[in-house]
Amino acid sequence: MALLETRNLTARYGDFQALFGVDIVLEAGETISIIGANGAGKTTLMRSICGLLANQPDSIRFDGRAIGRLAADEIMAMGIAMVPEGRKLFASLSVEENLLVGRYGRAIAGHWSLETVYGLFPILKERRHSPATALSGGQQQMVAIGRALMSNPRVLLCDEISLGLAPVVIRDIYRAVPEIKAAGASLIVVEQDIGQALRVADRVYCMMEGRVTLSGTPAEFSREAIHDAYFGAAA
Amino acid sequence: MIWFDTILQGVLLGGLYALFAAGLSLVFGVMRLVNLAHGDFIVAAAYLILLMVTMTGMSPFLAVLIAAPAMFAFGWALQTFMLNRVIGDDVLPPLLVTFGLSVVLQNVLLESFSADSQRLPSGPISTASLNLGGINLGVMPLLTFGSAVVVIIALNQIFYRTALGRAFRATSDDPSTASLMGIRPAGIFAIATGIAFVIVTIAALYLGMRSSFDPNIGPARLIYAFEAVIIGGLGSFWGTLAGGVIIGVAQTLGSAVNPEWQILAGHVAFLLVLLVRPRGLFPRAVD
Repeated sequence: MALLETRNLTARYGDFQALFGVDIVLEAGETISIIGANGAGKTTLMRSICGLLANQPDSIRFDGRAIGRLAADEIMAMGIAMVPEGRKLFASLSVEENLLVGRYGRAIAGHWSLETVYGLFPILKERRHSPATALSGGQQQMVAIGRALMSNPRVLLCDEISLGLAPVVIRDIYRAVPEIKAAGASLIVVEQDIGQALRVADRVYCMMEGRVTLSGTPAEFSREAIHDAYFGAAA
Repeated sequence: MIWFDTILQGVLLGGLYALFAAGLSLVFGVMRLVNLAHGDFIVAAAYLILLMVTMTGMSPFLAVLIAAPAMFAFGWALQTFMLNRVIGDDVLPPLLVTFGLSVVLQNVLLESFSADSQRLPSGPISTASLNLGGINLGVMPLLTFGSAVVVIIALNQIFYRTALGRAFRATSDDPSTASLMGIRPAGIFAIATGIAFVIVTIAALYLGMRSSFDPNIGPARLIYAFEAVIIGGLGSFWGTLAGGVIIGVAQTLGSAVNPEWQILAGHVAFLLVLLVRPRGLFPRAVD
């Protein structure tokens, strides 16, 4: 049984339908990437899974339970943590407080604690008393990832974590992935950077206009297939 | 010396205004909600204490200890079943609802307790005073100010030293991201209002013991409280205490010049601070 799956997931904002029957599967221990252009529905998919958007109860299943209708705080408590697009750090909290608040709804013992998060991103320990928003973009992204890890999640959702960051910083951040996987989390990584997505993932889904247009292991994909799935079949 | 004495009395009076304001400051800081019935809830709590005291003959201080948990539960329920339904991007619905609550409360109190002025029995403590180097300070004003300082310290401890306080601030920053941390914003709002109602009960004790009250004095208490919060800067508890002190000092100085100027002087001080520091004395860095 898959750890997390969506079945015929549809989502809409008022009159605008953003997802048209999306099926994705995440097996335990796996990392999947979701790629696609702006407006493809990647972030909507993430917001649906983490509970910020309500869906049909049975359209999202986690660990055998239908979670489509649950609120974000209930889903977080079950072990799905989110690194939201744009980091969304709490401006009135320090770096350390941002990390601590990450375990508010799920304070369970596990690999991840302040100590191990500081071990993963040592720069955060130096800056732990700074206001979170005083950090550089890359450091803020580290805080956002650390904050999600603090709850020792079973599934980690990463929405556009490389957006707006320098390539060298992106490499630093992705260097954390093996330890995150080793600690027992399965990952869904949303990326616009196709090269990065193919490197990190066991399987890749490509989305366009609210539908999955291509899926498979990175080795199976040709540049042309990705190009077609990303932008639509060549006219 | 007489001026120093006047200012000192004003500072102590400011403690009472800070108690009126602390609950308002907390609720505004967490959920950007201005409860227009705040003053009326203080008056209602004073009647609750009065009822307990007259029915059982217990001390008002003991009555507060018993009333506080009940008022926490009441505030929690008010937030959960009423205010959470109207809170949102639009600031108008909660203002209208709490304005309506204010009208309803005043009339319920008028029906139940009549328009007669009441006072909480405070015994010999109300006239006791301490002589400190030639200045007489009333025990009751000192107790009020001390309670205000304790309340402000307690709020700061909760806000900046506990997991609940982190959840308060995170929810205030961004409720939807807070829910990704497993925080249920509606539940956090209910706890904040519950704590505010505990402070309302403490404020009611000193309101009722220091002066007489009737069902219609709530809105004026709200205005003092609101001015203290604004002077201090939204979201700063020490600022709220400072705001209360500024209004208190302005009022006693005003009344020393001319007794008719007491209330006016407080409002003028408020306007002057707004003129010079539109965001208050200690605004939070982030809004």
